[in-house]
Amino acid sequence: MENLNLILPEVFISLSIMFLLILGVFIKNSSKLIFNASLLILLITSVITLNETFTINRITLFKNSLVIDYMASLMKIITLLAAFLALVISSNYLKTFKIFKIEYPILILSSVLGMMVMISSNDLMVFYMGLELQSLALYVLTTFNRDQLKSSEAGLKYFVLSALSSGLLLYGCSLIYGFSGSTNFDIISSQLNSNEYVLTFGIVFILVGLAFKISAVPFHMWAPDVYEGSPTSVTLFFTMVPKIAALTVFIRFLYVPFLNLIDQWQMIIIFLSIASMLFGAIAAIGQTNIKRLIAYSSIGHIGYTLAGLATGSNEGIQSSIIYILIYIIMNLALFSCLLMLRRNNQYYEEIDDLSGLSKNHPLLSLSLLVILFSLAGIPPLAGFFAKFYIFKGVIEQSMYFLAITGLLSTVIAAFYYLRIIKIIYFDKEKEKYDDDHSLWLKFSLTFSTILILLYFIFPGQLINVVSRINII
Amino acid sequence: MTEIGLGHYLTLGAVIFSIGIIGIFLNRKNIIVILMSIELILLAVNINLVAFSIFLGDLAGQVFTLFILTVAAAEAAIGLAIIVVYYRNSGTIRVEEIDQLKG
Repeated sequence: MENLNLILPEVFISLSIMFLLILGVFIKNSSKLIFNASLLILLITSVITLNETFTINRITLFKNSLVIDYMASLMKIITLLAAFLALVISSNYLKTFKIFKIEYPILILSSVLGMMVMISSNDLMVFYMGLELQSLALYVLTTFNRDQLKSSEAGLKYFVLSALSSGLLLYGCSLIYGFSGSTNFDIISSQLNSNEYVLTFGIVFILVGLAFKISAVPFHMWAPDVYEGSPTSVTLFFTMVPKIAALTVFIRFLYVPFLNLIDQWQMIIIFLSIASMLFGAIAAIGQTNIKRLIAYSSIGHIGYTLAGLATGSNEGIQSSIIYILIYIIMNLALFSCLLMLRRNNQYYEEIDDLSGLSKNHPLLSLSLLVILFSLAGIPPLAGFFAKFYIFKGVIEQSMYFLAITGLLSTVIAAFYYLRIIKIIYFDKEKEKYDDDHSLWLKFSLTFSTILILLYFIFPGQLINVVSRINII
Repeated sequence: MTEIGLGHYLTLGAVIFSIGIIGIFLNRKNIIVILMSIELILLAVNINLVAFSIFLGDLAGQVFTLFILTVAAAEAAIGLAIIVVYYRNSGTIRVEEIDQLKG
């Protein structure tokens, strides 16, 4: 008999989803109740994960198809907390757009469930089911503001491209299955030998599919449109939560089944990384919409994360994870600011709307200053350390070209971040925005800004947490 | 008569897969065609998996196929729903007219 306690978080969250659905059917006007219940469920699930699985070294369940280890538990907790924060600060936005419905938190919960399955997967089938559960919920979330043309168009584009990438990924899975004889990651890794060129095909297909999911160049074309078109609360969710799960799966794929074939995938990852860093930096320069700009900046940041993965060392993987964590915190702060740009029940998302913000909202502008400096990687803010760890890992493996390209694109990217700061502080001021923000929104902005500011005092904490992740 | 082997099935799968991919990128007319192309891609994968499963003597491939069939059905349902929502807002499902978001 398997130890079902280890999958208690997943079981709990799936039972809660069904319970909430029934609740939504039988109780009229229950959207507020279900919203709060979902928040509670996310918190409880993370506590369960912390209690049940955090101390376990490595256990596989269900004939090796699920793996519970330190990385999985850590990433699950981060996913849950990120989903909690993304949900809790978006309640006012949802109410303004009249999309505060029971389905919204339930869809968020189901996509989180999919991500948790993905994070734990040790088998192609389990991985695929988790991925699809996540994406099916995300398709609907993107289209959630269904009376708006932009939102439905974003959903349509995301659906088509994401379904295509799932197809590519599956084709790769079928080739891997055929030529290694199993769908289990451990067995695949023992069966693989690098002389089979068909396997390279399989790996390329799978990497293309995964690169689609994390929007790495050249498979990024959906990201700007989807980020701009979908409701801001969903964009916030998109930039924070699925990235964690996708990164974990990326690590698992590259370093468990395909570790012996590192010569064949390393060049692909380096290419994806360099292309994403440069493209993200250059394409963001001409943007006028903040959400679109964030999309390009997230493409660039994924490039840095991939640079850490390309090293093929434990330090590289750890630095990637630290990078994505700090990136999530910066994004949370940036989106909290974006959600504060509200005037008379209307949200503003153009860069011009920020002009002269410092005259009317000095505190908000100060935190935007900190966040943007941190995104640009200026010391001593958290974003600098994230990049520092990545470049350290890359240089230790003597991949100088990758490091130099990364540094160059940091410089280019600094331009557009600094341009926003110039607009905030030196351009002509506009009308005042509303001040009556929800407590959670203020809390998340303060909390994340302070984390970014004070990271340099306690850098050891995060490193300690991450340094227990040893994949190789 | 030539014996039909694994290679034939894989070729069939590859051909259908390519038709699906080409269908998505060359089609400029209708989104429904894209939905059909996605189904074709998934079916090509299924042919591959079942063929491998038979020739390896391992059931996992067929189980995987059943999972893919189920997910494909759910995906088609959501896809059609999104297309309906889009059509209500824009009045068209021609691919070349989907251009609100760009830059």
